[in-house]
Amino acid sequence: MSAKEKIENSSETSEKEGKTESELIPIYIMGKRYEVPEGLTIMKAMEYAGYNFIRGCGCRGGTCGACGTVYRKPGDYKLQVALACQKAVEPDMYIAQIPFFPVNRAQYEFAELTSAPEEIFKLYPELFRCVACNACTKACPQGIEVMNAISALKQGNIAKAAELSFECIQCGLCTSRCFGELAQYHMFQLARRIYGATIVPRAEHLAEIVRAIDEGRYDDLLENLKSVNEQELKKLYQEREIEPVAAGEEWKPKDTSHL
Amino acid sequence: MGIAYYPGCTLKTKARNLEESAIASMGALGLELEELPRWNCCGGVYSLANDDLIHQVAPVRNLIRAKEQGKNELVTLCSFCLNTLKRANLLMKENAEKRNTLNSFMDEEIDYDGEVEVVHLLEVLRDEIGWEALSQRVKVPLQGLKVAPYYGCTLLRPREVAIDSVENPTILREFLKATGATPVDFPNATRCCGSYQIVSNPANISEYTWAILSSALSHGAEALVLTCPLCDYNLGQGQKELVREHSEFKEMPFLYFTQLLAIALGLDPEVCRFELNYGAPESLLRVKKLLS
Repeated sequence: MSAKEKIENSSETSEKEGKTESELIPIYIMGKRYEVPEGLTIMKAMEYAGYNFIRGCGCRGGTCGACGTVYRKPGDYKLQVALACQKAVEPDMYIAQIPFFPVNRAQYEFAELTSAPEEIFKLYPELFRCVACNACTKACPQGIEVMNAISALKQGNIAKAAELSFECIQCGLCTSRCFGELAQYHMFQLARRIYGATIVPRAEHLAEIVRAIDEGRYDDLLENLKSVNEQELKKLYQEREIEPVAAGEEWKPKDTSHL
Repeated sequence: MGIAYYPGCTLKTKARNLEESAIASMGALGLELEELPRWNCCGGVYSLANDDLIHQVAPVRNLIRAKEQGKNELVTLCSFCLNTLKRANLLMKENAEKRNTLNSFMDEEIDYDGEVEVVHLLEVLRDEIGWEALSQRVKVPLQGLKVAPYYGCTLLRPREVAIDSVENPTILREFLKATGATPVDFPNATRCCGSYQIVSNPANISEYTWAILSSALSHGAEALVLTCPLCDYNLGQGQKELVREHSEFKEMPFLYFTQLLAIALGLDPEVCRFELNYGAPESLLRVKKLLS
């Protein structure tokens, strides 16, 4: 069934009768022309055109990185990138998905790693093949300053690399464009792991409260909850005190006996 | 207003002793080094291939970063960064065709036409502060310290980017005199340390190290002063090898010029990060009563 036939047969069509024809726009999926309703995301448009995703599709919410997509518009030499689940189709887009890009991923015993920059240099020596062409930055659908984050790694600044790459969803489009064949997104993941484990200060109050829980500070409370019947449990739940959204640091619950 | 400063990757890792002593010293002299907010690797080594423009992108991008900051001068400390940035800058000034190609390739950046001058910190000391003024700022004259000035290659070669006379450089000698140290000229002051041969031909390094250090020693030097992290690394590796092979080999400490500057300015020796130096130069400084 062609896309055109499909829309004529679909229930959506009858709801928008008379307007359907003007709302269709042409797109090219892997070189083949389809007409799809405007306003759909690339992913929906591909499904509309008959594609059935078993890979290259994950959260549909722009956070999993499974649907990395490249496209071009006629007359523009620039390669554009997007997440298929986030970007609305535009007329005459030439679209190809890159759901996966093969890349070297270093093996390491994380517990043995330190925050020394050389740890990353040894695991990913190709880091030094970067020529600062900046194609990675241009390919990032998250708008990350990929080249600057790579520069930070070269400069031994793991914290900066971790912070700059915080929004990375590991789609791999940077890697697909890299002149030096770097594994940017794996390097960044390692940087963020090292950052979290060895650079960011530990939350001391967290360790304290975990110790208190281990020592049984809340055991009685839990036992009490277990012993009440369903009606009482619901009542307790509905009447529980909740910290207001705009509570200041000084806010305390009425019952402070458990703090 | 401070001077735009390009550190280079090595100054942020292996050569923190070079960077930290320089920043502290320049601060004490009232000329703050302002690190570029964004910068990338200089390229490491200048590409000599005629049609290899992609390897000019990295250095030129750094020059664009300085221009973006409204600076017309960019100071570096690392000899290799200086060499790479300065030669790329020459290319941008002199070769219109390649300049256009590079500007077109970096279409996300502002155009660059060679507006920024790349200078070494030694040139700032010589030309913007002056040896006489520097000597007046010295609080702990490095009296009795006999130091051989070692230039290596990339401060002086090729001629068009040299910071001083290619054949007979004096800038480090003048610097040492200003700090109160005794400069010891020696014939191998501009001999190559072996450079990146350390990777592919490491046996050469100990040979070059021998030639450089034994020459300095026989002219009466107690230490070597240098500017380049790669010279520092190679001479250190070379000495390790020489100590292993020749029991009679006498090790010589070497320091970055900025470390001597910090000591002479009476700064906290912590800023020198001597723990990153090969061969514990601070013991020599203690013998000379320059460190407590």
